[in-house]
Amino acid sequence: MLHNRKDLQNARRAYIDSLEKETKKILVCAGTGCVSSGSLVIYDRLKSLMQERNIACSVELEKDPHDDSVGIKKSGCHGFCEMGPLIRIEPQGWLYVKVKEEDCEEIIEKTILNGDHIERLAYQKSGGFCKKQDDIPFYKKQTRLVLEHCGQIDATSIKEYLAVGGYSALEKALFEMTGDEIIDEITESNLRGRGGGGFATGRKWAQVRQQNELEKYVVCNGDEGDPGAFMDRSIMEGDPHRMLEGMMIAGLSCGASEGYIYVRAEYPMAVSRLKTAIAQATDAGILGDNILGTDFSFHLHINRGAGAFVCGEGSALTASIEGKRGMPRVKPPRTVEHGLFDKPTVLNNVETYANVPLIINNGAEWYKNIGPENSPGTKAFALTGNIVNTGLIEVPMGTTLREVIFDIGGGMRDDGEFKAVQIGGPSGGCLTKEHLDLPLDFDSLKKAGAMIGSGGLVVLDDKTCMVEVARFFMNFTQNESCGKCVPCREGTKRMLAILERIVNGQGEDGDIDLLLELADTISATALCGLGKTAALPVVSTINSFRDEYEAHIYEKRCPAGACQKLKKIVIDEALCKGCSKCAKACPVTAISGKIKEPFIIDQKKCIKCGACVSTCPFHAIKED
Amino acid sequence: MGNVLKLANFKEVSTYMKENFDFTVVDEIIDELGATPSSIIAILQGVQEYYRYLPREIFSHMATRLGVSEARIYSVATFYENFSLEPKGKFVIKVCDGTACHVRKSIPILERLRSDLGLSAEKVTTDDLGFTVETVSCLGACGLAPVLTVNDKVYPSMTPDKASELINQLKEEL
Repeated sequence: MLHNRKDLQNARRAYIDSLEKETKKILVCAGTGCVSSGSLVIYDRLKSLMQERNIACSVELEKDPHDDSVGIKKSGCHGFCEMGPLIRIEPQGWLYVKVKEEDCEEIIEKTILNGDHIERLAYQKSGGFCKKQDDIPFYKKQTRLVLEHCGQIDATSIKEYLAVGGYSALEKALFEMTGDEIIDEITESNLRGRGGGGFATGRKWAQVRQQNELEKYVVCNGDEGDPGAFMDRSIMEGDPHRMLEGMMIAGLSCGASEGYIYVRAEYPMAVSRLKTAIAQATDAGILGDNILGTDFSFHLHINRGAGAFVCGEGSALTASIEGKRGMPRVKPPRTVEHGLFDKPTVLNNVETYANVPLIINNGAEWYKNIGPENSPGTKAFALTGNIVNTGLIEVPMGTTLREVIFDIGGGMRDDGEFKAVQIGGPSGGCLTKEHLDLPLDFDSLKKAGAMIGSGGLVVLDDKTCMVEVARFFMNFTQNESCGKCVPCREGTKRMLAILERIVNGQGEDGDIDLLLELADTISATALCGLGKTAALPVVSTINSFRDEYEAHIYEKRCPAGACQKLKKIVIDEALCKGCSKCAKACPVTAISGKIKEPFIIDQKKCIKCGACVSTCPFHAIKED
Repeated sequence: MGNVLKLANFKEVSTYMKENFDFTVVDEIIDELGATPSSIIAILQGVQEYYRYLPREIFSHMATRLGVSEARIYSVATFYENFSLEPKGKFVIKVCDGTACHVRKSIPILERLRSDLGLSAEKVTTDDLGFTVETVSCLGACGLAPVLTVNDKVYPSMTPDKASELINQLKEEL
């Protein structure tokens, strides 16, 4: 238990010393991605191998460790999930990828005991391999500040967090700054909310501080529901204390002593890591009553979501914490005035809070030097879709799409051609080739008709149908509409019906105009952010790919060849030997013909299932 | 809360519930989380973890203990996607159909699971209460797309064939 500032500093010094005594370290990635590809088995194997060989190994930092012991840790997500399980070797900074249980013995023998690099486990690229993690192109162009600890320290240890300077921002805020000074620093840094809207964080905090109420709340939105986004998950799993520290500083500056973290039900590991972190911080006296001997008290609670996307919206989220249906309400009054339990509430997302300790430690001036003036700092993006390197990345705001996709992402997968990138999930839009040199920041994306959202970047290749993508998002929004306001409840349903007609080959003249008209009405009249932005994927795909919509409607053709119902399956007479295999495979008896003569597909009967295509031994059946 | 109720089929479950509903478990959960309206969601989550669904019998009991109307509890239970008023299978398979999984072909996996188990979009649980197959919008494991989970364990880079294999393995554990 740490009773005052001196205790904290002494403890930190002791942990720094013991961290330094671990001259060699193995960090096994224990993020959701690597765990599912078997990293925990590897962790156990490495540990037992070291015990068998009597190698002194330390799992946890102690105040008096063995000299030269080998640290073996479970780290947070490195972001390179596709290459998992990942193992980082310290002090060399080597990264081993796709490690298997069988490799463990060699790792101990060669790398740990002899300090030799194992080439076959390194990341391979054309013309060689990358020894160090920092040499891998995926990492080289990144600036990892918010994610700096993810993959580098033990995610389940407050001791390691302290040893790398954790809770020093809280220390500074508690003992050297007033509430106003904290808020001034955050305002000066121009930190903007990472959850989507990009609202100035400092202004939000100042408004809550001004409220003349005894009870105030700090709420963290960890309901990262955008399909294709997992930045917040990685922070909660990989560096949970960082986020808690940010929340505590928010509480300190606004005069709140209770905090709530709302986490999606789909993130069980994040919930358990946060619980561990809260328990550790409470035991250490960093969280709870009279923190480090001051009169500041702060308590944290975790609320698990129950599967409602709309709860990512502020007023729906607070309703859900109160144990109600997660439905948004009309604003104003805003959350800063009447939020959780009707009290003034600071509501930010995970990544925003994780930025706070950086700003307090290094100052607003330092922070403003990263990225463009109006959107300073870095942004984490989840890079997914038809791209070579999928994973979690962090780049300075203002980095271009081209750098993200081609330098970090390694370009398109399976030699596909870049077509578009869907940014910001179901509330976002798509960016095309002409936007490749657009800097990624709040303002320039807004101008381009998209939004940063929470930061999901789904890369689409030329085989992806944009009408189908729009339908997919509309289907999502329609499912998730809470049903409170008519424009969203009914409007999204009608838009979805039209889009379904179009991809099924029943589009009619005038459908595009109808979609745009509905989009306009919904955006103007819906109650909350979910409804207001619901039509954005449709509008932005119409703007950029109107010709694809027209091909579906007027020519009953899908230019990308993706829409099943619009496919035409034909038999090449020159190649068909008349063996009748296809006719037997057809579930609707659409294929007929005489043996040893070319067969024919009755297009009216054909349901385009493709069963015949795969059965033909002569590859005579093709999708047109 | 460690044990999970073992019953063979729908009929058995409903008879059992009507005849001997025992509120001990529900009461334990309420006591642990606090009998206040703000705990409704957490209590329902606890109850569902134990029974694998929300038995209707609990609504009136919860209403009395929490001092709110039964309608309030019912409204919450029916609003959130994760709550189910129907019994679920021993293995709950969630196929991710988030953007990243969708563009890497998650639907054929879902279709294969449904056809292997004789399920559909309307009928999500097998009669022997062995399997439930549902979709989820995003599991946040996009780097490993397409993924599915079985009772929260993540299975990465799935294909329809791998899914069939998985079902066969799980059938042996029933």
